[in-house]
Amino acid sequence: MDITLQDIRKTFGRVIACDRVTLAVPGGTIQGLLGENGAGKSTLMKILSGFLRPDSGEIRLDGTPVIFRHPADAVRTGVGMLHQDPLDYPTLTVLENFMSGRPERFFPSRSAATRRLRELAGTFGFAIDPRACLDTLTVGERQQLEILRLLSLDVRVLILDEPTTGISAAQKAQLFETLRRLAVEGRTVLFVSHKLEEVESLCHRVAVLRSGALAGAQVPPYTTAELVALMFGRPIVFPQREPAAPGRPVLELRALSAMDDRLRLAPLDFDLRAGEVVGLAGLTGSGQRLLLRTCAGLVRPVAGTVRVNGRDLTGQVYPSCRRHGVVFVPTARLEEGLIGDMNLSEHLLLVQPPRRLFIDRPRALEAAEERIRDFAIRGSPDSLMRELSGGNQQRALLSLLAPPLALILIEEPTRGLDLESAAAVWTRLRAHCRAGAAILFLSSDLDEIRAHSDRIVVFFCGRSSPPLDPSRTDREELGRLIGGKGWDREAAG
Amino acid sequence: MDWPTILLTGLAGVLATAGPLVVAAIGEAISERAGVVNLSLNGTLILSAMAGFAAAVATGSLAAGFLCGAAVGAAAALLVAFAGITLRQSQVAVGFVLALTLRDLAYFLGAPVMGAAGPRLDILPVPLLERLPVVGPMLFRQDVMTYASFLLIAAAWVWIYRTRPGLTLRGLGEQPAAAFVRGADVIRLRYLYTVAGGALVGLAGPMYSLSVKAGWKGTISGLDGLGWIALALTIFGGWHPLRIAAGAYLFAFLQWLGVVLQPFLPGIPSQVLQVAPFPFMILTLVLVNVGQAEWTSRLLALLPEGGRRRLAGLLRLLRASPPAALGQTFKRE
Repeated sequence: MDITLQDIRKTFGRVIACDRVTLAVPGGTIQGLLGENGAGKSTLMKILSGFLRPDSGEIRLDGTPVIFRHPADAVRTGVGMLHQDPLDYPTLTVLENFMSGRPERFFPSRSAATRRLRELAGTFGFAIDPRACLDTLTVGERQQLEILRLLSLDVRVLILDEPTTGISAAQKAQLFETLRRLAVEGRTVLFVSHKLEEVESLCHRVAVLRSGALAGAQVPPYTTAELVALMFGRPIVFPQREPAAPGRPVLELRALSAMDDRLRLAPLDFDLRAGEVVGLAGLTGSGQRLLLRTCAGLVRPVAGTVRVNGRDLTGQVYPSCRRHGVVFVPTARLEEGLIGDMNLSEHLLLVQPPRRLFIDRPRALEAAEERIRDFAIRGSPDSLMRELSGGNQQRALLSLLAPPLALILIEEPTRGLDLESAAAVWTRLRAHCRAGAAILFLSSDLDEIRAHSDRIVVFFCGRSSPPLDPSRTDREELGRLIGGKGWDREAAG
Repeated sequence: MDWPTILLTGLAGVLATAGPLVVAAIGEAISERAGVVNLSLNGTLILSAMAGFAAAVATGSLAAGFLCGAAVGAAAALLVAFAGITLRQSQVAVGFVLALTLRDLAYFLGAPVMGAAGPRLDILPVPLLERLPVVGPMLFRQDVMTYASFLLIAAAWVWIYRTRPGLTLRGLGEQPAAAFVRGADVIRLRYLYTVAGGALVGLAGPMYSLSVKAGWKGTISGLDGLGWIALALTIFGGWHPLRIAAGAYLFAFLQWLGVVLQPFLPGIPSQVLQVAPFPFMILTLVLVNVGQAEWTSRLLALLPEGGRRRLAGLLRLLRASPPAALGQTFKRE
C-alpha cells in the first residue's frame, strides 16, 4: 500500500512536534525514519496510525485521502502500529491479548483463536504459548505477539516505533527477518529508530526528521556521516578514549561475594585505579548489576571486603558510601534515579540540602539554570523530570553528581539515548575521570563497552573473567565469553 | 424445631442477608474493572435504602422502590464519573466526600418516612425445586432479589471472563491506552460501567430496606458501615465475582454464627461475638491473599520441589492484583 503524508502539522501547546512534514512511501518497502529523541518521529507515526489527530495536513493511502478518528479506523483500513511502550495487557494471557480488539463474536471461541494464533506464529517461527500469562514473556515476545495480532487483522502497513529497545540480539535478528519477509509480501513497513546501524542494515530508504521537520532522505548506499549531519544539523564529536594514567587504587575488592534470589556472585578480587574506566559486559542477570549494587552499598555482600580510597566500606549503606565519594547512577532513571513529579531545582536542593530550614528559592533556581547551561539540558528549572526526554533526564541525573567524586558506578549510561546525548554523557564522565574519579559501568551495548573501557570484565552466571584489554580483545571473543564459551580456559589463565 | 431445620433456615437466612453485599460488591468490582474507583458506596447504600423505601411507601409498589434505589446509585456514580473522568479530579476524594454526604443526606431527607409501615418482599418459593433435600430450603425459598443476586454472580462472571465486551472491560482498567488502540471508546465505556456498577450498588440499598432489614429507622437502621464492608469485599475478592460472593457469604455466616452461639457462651460479652466477624473476615482474606507476600515466596523456597510447585500453583490461583490503571484518567495526547 502506498502511503503519502502531505503537510502534516501537529502542535502540543506551543511546541511544534511536526512541522508540515511531507513523506511518500511506496508499497512493499521498508522505510526508515531516523531522528534524535524528540525529533517528532513518534508523533508523526501516531498520526499515521490514528492515535493522534493532525492539526492540518492529509494522509493518502494508495492515492485516496483518509481520515482516521480512532486507531481502530486505521487498523480497519490496514494501518497498524507497534508503540514504543507495548500497548498490551500484562495481566491477561497471551491468547486474551490476541483476541482483544479482534472482531470476535459475543462469546469468542478460544479454540478458534488459539488455532489462528498457532498457525500465524508457525508461519514466522515464533514460539509463543497461547496459555502463558503475558507478564511472563520477554519484551521481544510481547512484540512478536503484537505483530501477529496486527497481521491477523490483515494490516498492510506496519509501523514500528523503536522496536529494538529491550530485546535480545537473537530476537532483533528474527524481527528484521520478519520485517524483510513482510516487505517481500508487498506490505509497507515503517521503521522508527535513532540507531543508525539498524536503519542502515534494514531499510530500503531512510527519511530523517529534525525538530519536527523533514531534514532529508537517503537511499542506499548510505553515508553515515551525512545521516548524522542530517539528524543533528552538524557533525557530532565523539569523546575518544584517553589512555589512563594508572593512579592510586580507588576501589579494592577482596574475595567479594554477593547474592540475590537468582544468582550468587563468585568471589571476586579486583582493583580499580583513579582515572580508569572499566566496563562490565554480560547477558542481563549474569552478575554485573549485582556487583555494581554491592559496591554502591545497595546489596549487602555475603563475604569479602569493599575498600574505597583505602577505607573499608563493606556492608555500609549507600548514604555512607556517598559521603566517601561513591555515586550510583541506575538504569531505571525515573524509578530509581529521579523523582518524576519534582523539578531540577528541587532535585538539587535534595542532593545538596542547605543547612537552613527555609529554602532560598532564587538561589536554587540560579543553580538549576547553571546546570541547564552546563549540561545542555532541554528544559527549565521548573520542568518536571517526567516531562523531560530520556536524554535530558540522563543529563539531569549527571548534573546532580557533585564533585569531588571517587567512584562512579553507572548502569547503562546511554540506553535509549540518541547519539548526541550519548556523546554528551560520555564527555561528562570523561571529565570526572580526568578529575581523578574511577568509573565502573555496565552496558548491554558491546560497542559502548569496547569504545569506552580501559579494561573489560565479562560476567557469566555469576563468574567474572580476568580484566581484558579492549585493544587486544575483538568483538567475537567478547561475544563468545558473554555466551558462556571458553570459560574454563579463562579461569585457568 | 429439629436441628437440621434450624440449620437450614439459618443458612437460607445467611444467603439472603449476604445478597445486598454480593450485589453492591460486584457492582463496585465492575466499575473498578473499568478503572474507576467509586468510594461513595457507604453513602449510596444508605441513601438508596431510604429512597427505595420512601418510593415503595409512596407508590405502594416494590418495583418502584428498587427502581428508585438503582436510580440513586446510578446518579451518585455519574457524579463520581463526571468528576473523575471529565473534570479529572481525584476519584478517591470525590467518592469519600460523597460517602459522608449521602449518608447524612439520607438521614435528613428520610425523617418523614422514619418508622413508617412499608411493604416488604415476600418469599417466593420455586415450585418443585424447593422440595429438593437440603438445597431446596436453602436456595429456593428466597425472595426474588436474592434469586437475582445468585444470577448476578453467574452473569457477572460470564460477562467478565467469557464475552468479547468483558475482555475489553478487563483491559480498560488495566491499560486504557491499549484498549483504545484496540478500538474501545475508553471515556464512554468507563462512564457506562461506572453508572451500571453504581446502579447495582443502588439496588443493594432497597434490598435492605424492603427485605433484609425492612423499614427505615434513620440512624439506627443498622446500615452504616455495610458499604465499607462491600468495598473491602471487592478488594479482598480480587475483583472476581465468585470470590466476592464467597467473601460475602462467609461474612454473613460469621455474623449468624455469632447470634447462634451467643446463648451457649455466656462468659463472652455479646459485643465480642457481634464484632468478631470483622477481624476474622480480614484474617481469612489476608490468608487467602498471602501468595502475594514476599516472605511467602521465601518460605516456599524451603519446601521440597514437588510440594512447592503445587502450593505455588494454588497460591497463584488465589492471587489477585488491582486493575493497574485504577483511578487514573486516560488522556489521548
